Amino acid sequence: MDESRFIDIEGVEMIFHTKKGVFHALREIDLKVAKGEFITLIGHSGCGKSTLLNLVAGLLEPSDGVLLCANREIAGPSPERSVVFQNHSLLPWLTCYENIHLGVERVFGKTESRKQLRERTLQALALVGLSQAESKRPNEISGGMKQRVGIARALAMAPKVLLMDEPFGALDALTRAHLQDELLKIVAATQSTVVMVTHDVDEAVLLSDRIVMMTNGPAATIGEIVNVQLERPRDRVALAADSRYMAYRTTVLEFLYRKQAHPAQAA
Amino acid sequence: MNAMLKPDSVEPLVTDAVPAASPPARRPRRPLAANGAARVRKQVSATVMKIVAPLVGAAFLVLVWQLITINNAQFPTPAVTLDEAVKLFSDPFYRKGPNDQGIGWNLLASLQRVGVGFGLAALVGIPLGFLIGRVQFVGAMFGPIISLLKPVSPLAWLPIGLLVFKSANPAAIWSIFICSIWPMIINTAVGVQRVPQDYMNVARVLNLSEWKVLTKILLPSALPYILTGVRLSIGTAWLVIVAAEMLTGGVGIGFWVWDEWNNLNVPHIIIAIAAIGMVGLLLEQALMALARAFTYEQVSN
Repeated sequence: MDESRFIDIEGVEMIFHTKKGVFHALREIDLKVAKGEFITLIGHSGCGKSTLLNLVAGLLEPSDGVLLCANREIAGPSPERSVVFQNHSLLPWLTCYENIHLGVERVFGKTESRKQLRERTLQALALVGLSQAESKRPNEISGGMKQRVGIARALAMAPKVLLMDEPFGALDALTRAHLQDELLKIVAATQSTVVMVTHDVDEAVLLSDRIVMMTNGPAATIGEIVNVQLERPRDRVALAADSRYMAYRTTVLEFLYRKQAHPAQAA
Repeated sequence: MNAMLKPDSVEPLVTDAVPAASPPARRPRRPLAANGAARVRKQVSATVMKIVAPLVGAAFLVLVWQLITINNAQFPTPAVTLDEAVKLFSDPFYRKGPNDQGIGWNLLASLQRVGVGFGLAALVGIPLGFLIGRVQFVGAMFGPIISLLKPVSPLAWLPIGLLVFKSANPAAIWSIFICSIWPMIINTAVGVQRVPQDYMNVARVLNLSEWKVLTKILLPSALPYILTGVRLSIGTAWLVIVAAEMLTGGVGIGFWVWDEWNNLNVPHIIIAIAAIGMVGLLLEQALMALARAFTYEQVSN
C-alpha cells in the first residue's frame, strides 16, 4: 500500500439540499494524507471544514468524487476512523470507564477476553491521565477532563485515523494548551494519522505536519497548504521565539485575513 | 471599693484603645450580624410559606364548608364528616358481603384495576412508542390513528370492553388500558426522536449493534420522556377508574361513591373524594421521585 496516500480524497463535491434550497458546500477537494501525518484543516466558520471531516468520518456521503482510506472506499462510519467530537459527546448515564469500554467492546469484543478488554480501557484512561476518574460520570468532571475522555474513547479503538472536530474549541486557553501538549505526546507515542479541524492559528502551527487552509464558502475548496517543517518534539515556549514558527504563523494569518478576508467583511 | 473601682477604671482604657486597632476586626461583625438576621428572616418566611400558608388554606376551606352547611341541612358539617372518617378508617378492611366492604378494600380494588390496565398499556405502549420513534414508516403508519383516537374519552370504549369481555371487571381494566396507552406511546416516541444527534453519531462511529443502541443510548436518553408519559398515564388512569367503576359496579372506590350516593350518605362521599385525592397525590409524587432519579444532563448541541 502506498503510505503517502493513506487517506485519498479525489474530486469531492458536497451539495446539501435544504428547505431553503441547494447549498454547494465543497467543490473540487483533492487531498492526500500520508500514514502517521498530522493534518489540520483551518478556515473561517462556514467554510465546510467540519463537513470535510464528516465526509472522511463517513457520517456524510459526498455528492460527487471519491474518498479512500487505506485503499478502501469510505462507505459509512467505522471505528477505524474514530472521531473526537467538538462537545465531547460522552453518554451521561455511563461512567468514564463505561464510555470508553463501549467502543473497545465493539472493536475487540470478538477476538479478546474480558480481561484484555478491561486492560485496553484502563490503558486508554491512563494515556490521558484520568485513571482516577474511572468510575466518575461525565457531569462529575471538568470540561477538559470530558474532552480527554472523548480522546481516550477514540484512541482506545486503535483507529487507523483519528478525526478531531475542534476538540479544544470550548476550553479555556490554559486547559487547551495543556491538552495540546498531551495530544502531541500521545500522537508521538501512537504514531496515529490525525485530521483535525481548528480555527486557532497557533494550534495549527504547533500540532501539524501540514496545514490545509480552506477558502470561504459557499463552494469552498482547499486554498493553500503549508508544510510545517519544525522538528518534533515541539515545545511551545521555545517555538514562541522561533523565527520559522513566526513565519508559518504569518503565512496562515495572511491567508485568513488578507486573501480570504472574513465573509462578513467581504459582504 | 478598690476592687469595684478597678474594673471601671480599666474599662474606659480598653474602649479608648480599641477604636484604633479594632475597626478591621469589628467591621466584618456587623454585616455578619445583619446576615444572621436576614437569614433568620428568610428561614421564617420559608416556614411561613411551607407550613403556615397551606394550613391557612385548609382552614379557609373548612370555614367555607362550615358556612355552606349553615343554610343547607343535607350537607354534613366538617365535624360530622371527621367523626365518620375516624369510624371508617378505624376499620378499613372489613367484609360484609360483596356490596359492603371497607374503604381500604375498595381503594385497593381500584388500584389493582389501575395497576393491571396500566401495566398492560406500558407493555404495549412503550415498545410501540420506540418503534414509532425509531422507524419512520411505523410512525407515519400509526400517527393518524393515534391523533384520531387520543381525544376520545376512555369511557366511550367501555361498551366495546363489555361486548368483547362480557364482564364488568375486564371492561373497566380495558378502559384504563385505553386511556393509559396514548401518553405512553406519544412520550416514548418523542423521547426517542429527541435523542441528541451527537449520541446517534457516537453510535454510528462506534458502529454499535441495534441492541446496544437501544439499551445504551435510546433507552437512557428517552427515559425521562417515558417516565413523563407514565406519570401522565397514571394520573389519567386514576381519574378514569372512578368514573368507570360508577358504570360497572363491583368493589372499587368509584362504585363505593355511587353506592353511598344511593344511600344518601354524603359524609362518606366527601371522605371518598379526599381519599381519592390522597392516593392520586401519592402516585404522582412517587413517579416524580422516580423521574428525578433517572434524569441526566444531556449534551447540548
